[in-house]
Amino acid sequence: MSRALAYWLFRYRRTWQGTIVVSVANPLLFLLAIGAGLGSLVRGDVEGVPYLEFFAPGMLAAAAFQNAFIDAGFGVATARGRERVYQTAVATPLSPGAVMGGHLLFIGLRVFVGALAFVLVMAAFGLFSSAGTALAVLPAATLTGVAPATVVAAWAVTVTDFPRLNTVFRFVVMPMYLFSGTFFSVEQLPAALQSLMYALPLWHGADLCRSLALGTATPGMTLLHVAYLGALAVAGVLVGRATFRKVLYV
Amino acid sequence: MSRLPAAGGAHLVVLRNVWVHKGGTPWTMALFSVYEPILYLLALGVGVGALVGRVPGVDVPYAAFVAPALLATAMMNSALEETTQTVYGKLAFDRYYHSLLVTPVTTRGMVAGELLWAVLRALITGVGFLAVIVVFGLARSPLVILAVPAGLLTAFAFGAAGLAAAAYARGWHSFQYVQLVMLPMFLFATTFYPVTVYTDWVRMLVEALPLYHAIELSRGLALGEVGPGLLLNAAYLVVFGGVMLAVAQSRWATLMAR
Amino acid sequence: MALIEASGLEKGYPGTDVRAVAGIGFQVERGEAFGFLGPNGAGKSSTMRMLACVSQPSGGSLRILGQDPVTHGRELRARLGVVPQDDALDLQLTVRENLIVYGLYFGLSLKHMRARSAELLEFAQLADKAGERVEHLSGGMRRRLTIARSLVNDPEILLLDEPTTGLDPQARHILWDRLFRLKNSGVTLILTTHYMDEAEQLCDRLVIMDKGLIADEGTPRELIDRHVTREVLELRFPPGEQQQAADKLGGDVEVLPDRLLCYADDGDAVQARVTELGLQPLTALVRRATLEDVFLRLTGRSLTD
Ligand SMILES: Nc1ncnc2c1ncn2[C@@H]1O[C@H](COP(=O)(O)OP(=O)(O)OP(=O)(O)O)[C@@H](O)[C@H]1O
Ligand SMILES: [Mg+2]
Repeated sequence: MSRALAYWLFRYRRTWQGTIVVSVANPLLFLLAIGAGLGSLVRGDVEGVPYLEFFAPGMLAAAAFQNAFIDAGFGVATARGRERVYQTAVATPLSPGAVMGGHLLFIGLRVFVGALAFVLVMAAFGLFSSAGTALAVLPAATLTGVAPATVVAAWAVTVTDFPRLNTVFRFVVMPMYLFSGTFFSVEQLPAALQSLMYALPLWHGADLCRSLALGTATPGMTLLHVAYLGALAVAGVLVGRATFRKVLYV
Repeated sequence: MSRLPAAGGAHLVVLRNVWVHKGGTPWTMALFSVYEPILYLLALGVGVGALVGRVPGVDVPYAAFVAPALLATAMMNSALEETTQTVYGKLAFDRYYHSLLVTPVTTRGMVAGELLWAVLRALITGVGFLAVIVVFGLARSPLVILAVPAGLLTAFAFGAAGLAAAAYARGWHSFQYVQLVMLPMFLFATTFYPVTVYTDWVRMLVEALPLYHAIELSRGLALGEVGPGLLLNAAYLVVFGGVMLAVAQSRWATLMAR
Repeated sequence: MALIEASGLEKGYPGTDVRAVAGIGFQVERGEAFGFLGPNGAGKSSTMRMLACVSQPSGGSLRILGQDPVTHGRELRARLGVVPQDDALDLQLTVRENLIVYGLYFGLSLKHMRARSAELLEFAQLADKAGERVEHLSGGMRRRLTIARSLVNDPEILLLDEPTTGLDPQARHILWDRLFRLKNSGVTLILTTHYMDEAEQLCDRLVIMDKGLIADEGTPRELIDRHVTREVLELRFPPGEQQQAADKLGGDVEVLPDRLLCYADDGDAVQARVTELGLQPLTALVRRATLEDVFLRLTGRSLTD
C-alpha cells in the first residue's frame, strides 16, 4: 500500500505547486464573492451568526466533498482506463487491495491539503474564535471528503466511459453541493427534500464542520455525524476491495 | 458542377456541427445547458434569496435580480464550451480543420462558422433559460425577451475570445488558465449582487470586465430599466468581440498556414 | 501545356533555417502518375502541401492547371483531391457522413452526395461499414476512406502523400489496384512514397528527392538504366570482413553496414568469381536492380537510414 502511495506522490511532485494555488484561490474567491459580497445583502443573521460565518464552514465541507469526487471519480477511472496505472501495478507483487489503498491514501492527502488551505483562508478572514476550533474543523472537513471518496472510488473503477462520471457529477454531486445546507440552511427546504438531505453525506459533513467552527457542536450530534461518515468510509473500502479485485484480475 | 461555397464555407462548418449533434434535438440541448443555471438560480436566487429579500437600491426580489445575470452567463458558457475545448480537440487532435484546408472552405470561413455555431448554441440555451425565468415568475418586464438577443451579443464576444484562446492553447492544461479567468469573473462581475457593494476602485476594475457589461445589458432589459447606458454596454461587447474576432482570425491564419 | 509546372520551387518554415524544399523544378502532364520518392524529411510532404494550395511557396514559381496557387488557391482546391499523410478524418461522424459532409464543403448538393457517397463506398470497399464511426475502422480502412473522400469532387489531379504507409501487404495491393483504376479513368496521380516497389508499380515518371532537392528524374526504367546495372548480387559476410572482401572482389561494389552490393549485368558471373576468389559469404543472392539501388547510388544512403 505504501508503495502504491509512493507512486502517486512521485507523480504529484510535478504538479503540487499548481494544485496548492487552486486550493487557496478557490476558497478565497468563494468566501469573498458569496460569503462577503452576497452576504452583505443578507438581512440580519443566519442561525444566529453573520452570513459569512454561516457560509464558510458549509463551503469548506462542500469543497472537500466536490474535490474528493473529482479525485476519486475521474482520478480512479483515468488510472484504470486511459493511463492503465492499476493494470501495470497489479502486474507487480502489489495486490488490488494495496493498489486501491494507496490511491485512497493519496486522495485523502489531497483532501487534507485542500481542507488545510481552506481553513487557513478562513483563519485569515478571522472566522475562528481559537486555534483549537480550527484544529477541530480540519479533520472534520477531511472526513467529509474521504468518506464519500471511498465509495466513489469503489464505483469509479468499474466505469469505462467518462460521460457517465459527468452525468453523476451533474445530477448527484452538484445538487448535493448546493443544497446540503452549504449555501443556506436545509431548514428552508420543503420537508421532503429536507429529510432527503439529512440522509445524504454532505449534510452530515457540513453540519459537523459548521457546529465545530461556530462552537455549537453537541456530543450527540457530533458522534452521529462522525459515525455516519465513518461507516460510509468503511463500506466504501469493503466494496472497493471487491470491485478493484474484480476489475483488475480479469 | 460544383460551385465554390459562399462566405468561405462558414455555413458548412455550422452544418457539420449540426450533423454531429443530430441525435439531440434543440430541446434536449437546451435542457442540458439550462440545468446548471437552474440549480444556481434555486440555490442562490431562491435559497439565499430568501435571506436577502429585496435587493437594496434595485428593489426587486433577489431571484429576479440574479436570473438575468444567470441567463447572460449561461449563454456565455454555451458559446465558450463550443469554442474552447471542443474546437481545440478538433484542431489539435482530430486535425479536422487541416482536412478542411484542402477544400474550398477558407480559414476565415472556419472561424466564422465556429463562431456562428457557438452563437446558435447560445441561442438555444437562452431560449430555454428565458422559459425558466417566465415559468418561475421572475419576468419583471416584457422587455425580458430582448435579453436573449443581448445574450447573443455576449455569446459572440466570448465565442470569439474562445476561438482565439483555442488557437493559442498549447495543450489541454492551457484551459486551466481560461478557468482561472472565468471563475473569478463569474463570481465578481455583479452576478450575485449590485456593483454598489464594492469600494470605488474595485468597482472600476469590475466595470472593465466584459461579463459585467453582458450582465448589465441582460439585467437592464429583464428588469425593464432601459437607458442610454445599455447602448454603452452593447458597444463594449461589440468592440470586445470585434477585437477578439480579429485576434482569432489572424492567429488562425498563421496556424493554418504552417 | 503541362498540368503542373514548378521551377526553382522553395519552402522554408518560419523559425527554422532548414529549407524543407530547396529549389526544385518538375512538370506533370495530364493523365500521368508522377511520384516523389525520398527518405524521411526529404521534403515530400512540404512539396505536396504546396501542390495542394495550402502552403505558400517561399520562392520559385508554381503553376497548377495554368493558375497561380497563391492567388487562385480556392478555385484550384475545388479541382484537386488530397490524401494527406495523416488521414484527418472526422472522428465524430460515420464513414458515410464523412463523405457526405466533405462533399458539402466543395459546394456539392446533399442529394448529389447521397448518390456519390454510395459509389465511393463501393469503390473503397467500405459499403458494409457505411454506418460505423470512423474511430472503429482499421488503419487500412481509414486510408481507403481518405482516398474515397478525396474523390468526392471528381478531381482532375489527385495528390497522395504516402498512400500505403503502415498498411499490410494485402491492403497495399488493394489500394494499388484502386489507384490504377483511377489512373485508367484519366485522373492525374501525384504521390509520394518511400517504397521502391510502390514507385515502380504506380509511377510513369518520378523524381528522387533528398534533402529538399531533386537528385534525378525519369521513368523507373530510365533511372535504373542510368544509375545501376541490370542485376545486383547481394553478399553478406561476418562482421568485419566486408571491406576486405570488397577490396578483393573489386569492380562496382557498394559497401553497406550489413551487406555488399555488387552491380553487374550478369550477377551469376560475379557470383562465380566470388567462389573463384575463395570468398565465403554467409549468404549470396542475385536479384534485379530496383529503385532502391538507384536511390542508394544517388544519395549514398539507403532509404532506411
Ligand atoms: N510545419 C513545419 N514547421 C517546421 N518545419 C517543418 C514543418 N513541416 C516540415 N518541416 C521540416 O521540413 C523538412 C521536410 O519535411 P517533410 O515533411 O516535407 O518531409 P517528408 O519528405 O514528407 O518526410 P516523411 O517521409 O517523414 O513524411 C523536415 O526537416 C521537417 O522537419
Ligand atoms: Mg511526409
